[in-house]
Amino acid sequence: MHIDRRVISHFDWSIFGLSIGLALIGILTVNSATSDLSGNGLGHLAIKQLYWLIIGLIAMVVSFSVDYHRIERFSYVFYGIVVFSLLLVPLVGFRSGGSVRWLSFGIVSFQPSELAKLVVVFLLAKRLQYDEPPAGYRLRDLWLPTLMAVPLLVMILMQPDLGTAVIYLLIFFTIIFITVRRVGPLLLLGAVGVALLPIGWQFLKPYQMARIRSFLTPDIDPLGAGYHAIQSKIAIGSGRWFGQGYLQGSQNRLDFLPAQHTDFIFSVFAEEWGFFGCLVLLGLYLALIVFSFRVVARARDRLGTLLAFGATIILCWQVIINIVMVIGFLPVVGIPLPFLTYGGSSLVTTMIAVGLLINVNMRRFMF
Amino acid sequence: MNFPPSPRADIDPIFRLRTRRLMLGVVAVFFLIAVRLWVLQILEGERFTDLSKNNRIRIKTIPGIRGMIFDQQGRLLVDSRPSFDLLFVPEDAKKPRETLTYLAGLLKVPKQKFLAELGRNSRRRPFREVTLKQDIDWRSVVLVETHEMDLPGVSLRIRPRRNYLSQSVTAHLLGYLGEIGPVQLKTLRDEGYKMGDEIGQFGLEKTWEEYLRGRNGGQQIEVDAQGRKIRIIDQRKDIPGHSIFLTIDQELQGSAYQALKGKAGAVVILDAQTSAIRALVSTPSFNPNAFARGITTAEWNRLIRDKAKPLHNKAIQGVYPPGSIFKIVLAFAALEEKVVGPESTIPCHGSLDVGGRVFRDWKAAGHGEVNLHKALVESCDVYFYQIGQQLGVDRIARYARMLGLGKKTGVALEGEKAGLIPDSRWKKRRFGEPWYPGETPSVAIGQGYVSVTPVQIANLMAAIANKGTLNQPWFVRKIESLDGRLIREYGPEKIGTLAIQKKTLSVLNRALRDVVHSDEGTGIKAQSSLIQIAGKTGTAQVAAMLGAVVKSEDLPYSVRDHAWFVGYAPVGRPEIVVVVLLEHGGHGSDAAPVAKALIEKYWALKGQQVRPTYEAAKVG
Repeated sequence: MHIDRRVISHFDWSIFGLSIGLALIGILTVNSATSDLSGNGLGHLAIKQLYWLIIGLIAMVVSFSVDYHRIERFSYVFYGIVVFSLLLVPLVGFRSGGSVRWLSFGIVSFQPSELAKLVVVFLLAKRLQYDEPPAGYRLRDLWLPTLMAVPLLVMILMQPDLGTAVIYLLIFFTIIFITVRRVGPLLLLGAVGVALLPIGWQFLKPYQMARIRSFLTPDIDPLGAGYHAIQSKIAIGSGRWFGQGYLQGSQNRLDFLPAQHTDFIFSVFAEEWGFFGCLVLLGLYLALIVFSFRVVARARDRLGTLLAFGATIILCWQVIINIVMVIGFLPVVGIPLPFLTYGGSSLVTTMIAVGLLINVNMRRFMF
Repeated sequence: MNFPPSPRADIDPIFRLRTRRLMLGVVAVFFLIAVRLWVLQILEGERFTDLSKNNRIRIKTIPGIRGMIFDQQGRLLVDSRPSFDLLFVPEDAKKPRETLTYLAGLLKVPKQKFLAELGRNSRRRPFREVTLKQDIDWRSVVLVETHEMDLPGVSLRIRPRRNYLSQSVTAHLLGYLGEIGPVQLKTLRDEGYKMGDEIGQFGLEKTWEEYLRGRNGGQQIEVDAQGRKIRIIDQRKDIPGHSIFLTIDQELQGSAYQALKGKAGAVVILDAQTSAIRALVSTPSFNPNAFARGITTAEWNRLIRDKAKPLHNKAIQGVYPPGSIFKIVLAFAALEEKVVGPESTIPCHGSLDVGGRVFRDWKAAGHGEVNLHKALVESCDVYFYQIGQQLGVDRIARYARMLGLGKKTGVALEGEKAGLIPDSRWKKRRFGEPWYPGETPSVAIGQGYVSVTPVQIANLMAAIANKGTLNQPWFVRKIESLDGRLIREYGPEKIGTLAIQKKTLSVLNRALRDVVHSDEGTGIKAQSSLIQIAGKTGTAQVAAMLGAVVKSEDLPYSVRDHAWFVGYAPVGRPEIVVVVLLEHGGHGSDAAPVAKALIEKYWALKGQQVRPTYEAAKVG
């Protein structure tokens, strides 16, 4: 295969560098969140996360090396694999914290629902890339990807994994809202989505209902979700200007933070690095997002635009919802903070998304 | 490789416009996040640092009180009393050893006890309280309350403790609570159980856990540097558990327990028409309050090592050979299968030779010419050896199962045993051998492989007394919320009908009456002057005594026979069924007077008005 020199010269080092930087910050923070009081060196979860970063890098290299037009042709194959592994989860998956989300492959385990976020991007891009009619897409043009997306959503809700389901729906609707030209049908679609909420409610586990209720009526459960929210706020607040220092956060150290190495990792970071640290971290995320939007704008064709856009909002929504939740503006739902949250599935998925962005950027002048 | 170019994105201005707006939106959200962080970390940073340093936000649990249990008349059987645990948070006391020494002096307790408790918890998380002493007395509560200012870090936790008013009397039925185990916790975490929670571990407390259990409430409180409450930030109300009303009659239950006191055995009293349990006793018993208090290892070991198995509910878990009681099944099968007529006779000479093996009658001299009536009344073994041979083991098994034997009755208590009704298929499966005709005579008199539980026998008798309906034994009548709202109501549940002729029933019932009421009857000791009783005795051999007939009383206790009596009353219009089993109790006729006394007690209680404590409890 002939490799165009321009492909190499258009490699987006800024996106690549920002991603690696964030992932390394992630490993350090995971280390702080999980090491015991005496801990020297990296804790075993941080080392595990380091291995995941290496796997993520390999996945990323694959996802930018192969031309995205070629990848797109395998969309339905990816779809099939994810559907199959999601079906496998309730049969052979293992249980953690009340829901079955993981598939185990010997020493490592994987959450197929993470990959579903990427698959929905491909499903929509595949349909929306060609022959836009002069009046723009109408909703009836979207029945196929919608029909294919629903089973994934149902399976994720059944696990039950409320956080992933929310992200999944947001990705789906954002792509449609940005692409479909006529606004009327969009509103209709939105109305249908709202009408579906009570149905979705039926799938929720009692603890998830409790979390949402505690958000809508904050006084309802001060002992469960309400307590987590206030402990998280205390952790963040006690960081003040420069933080308590790496490995010094007392809320984290004393185990008062809930899910400190997963959903609430931002609290650990904020407690240890303070307001300045947070600004730097937010700056890194924002830079990554802005560079991603630049890739979207510069893409060579519609397929590239849509794939890059999908990858961008996968990052965007997760960063925003996770942080906004941790600082107490949203109910506590399990949504990972890309790059920082402990967990291989999330890291690998994020790295593949970044790989896609690099992929689209590299091939913007290729004909 | 070349791909056909798809339309360029930049020909779609709407897409570009919307993307740009979206990006601006994202930037705006990031800005808002930064503002929020500035508020939390800079403006309120000092307060949060203070809150964090002493972990000033604590959670105080307010226990949701477990539901009460009442008997059939609304008399209280179980409630919860408040108890106080003495807690200590060393981080709140600046000088923990001094505080504990002072506290020990105050309560007149050796200070080493508290210090040892502190040492035992040295690896706990900071600010996690140490329980110094559970369930302290009222005087100590007052002392701690009044000296609060001198006792930084010391606090009291109020906790309801289960209070079984009837103590050992209803222990097996009501069960007990225990701390939730790690395996249970794993599966129940989603239902809100936490480490250290109590959960029903046995009996009704276990099976009706979801109704009895209350939901804990609690307070999120801010404390000062000494761990004292400054203000309540937020709270959640506790929800008390539901009340359960039983079909058990507390007094009858008490009499049954007294009747068995000092013996090992079981009593089950059922409503003859509905199989509602009026009393269920297993002895020796245990005191469930010991579990509520937190049972010590020594106590626990004593309970599980006791040879008489006090933790075992013999009424549903004890399997015994039914002995002569099984002759009811044989008589039933023989009449229905027309193997014998009610009047046809068989000579009994005191033994029967089956294929060279001699089966003895309990009466060595024999019963003479015996018909079915006489065979039941005098409990003639030879007669039943004979009809057993004619029926064959498979037909016997079919009728035994029709009467509910060989399978669990389904009473809502854990650990019920099914017993065993052997047949040729079972023998083949279990031993890989065919059934030998020489094995049938033992089965015919309820020995050999046959085993049953007392509750099965009671239920069998109820089906015969009520002319053919087999109900599932039950004991929970209704469930109410604390404010009197009906949550669930239960009634009899039919689990089978006896395909039986009226004539067979009347022959059986006449014979059962004469077991007690004729001079030759084996159950004559159950004869009452107050009420007409019908029934059957049974003696279950523990050890096979081949050769000479040895009197049970002459044997060592552990191989003495079990004594059975099952009866119903009044004859003609049966209301209750009583089964009495005395482990190693000698002869079946020894169980008869116990049953008689309980039936008379029932008769005396009938019509007596009781003021239910339930009403009083609702008001109080």
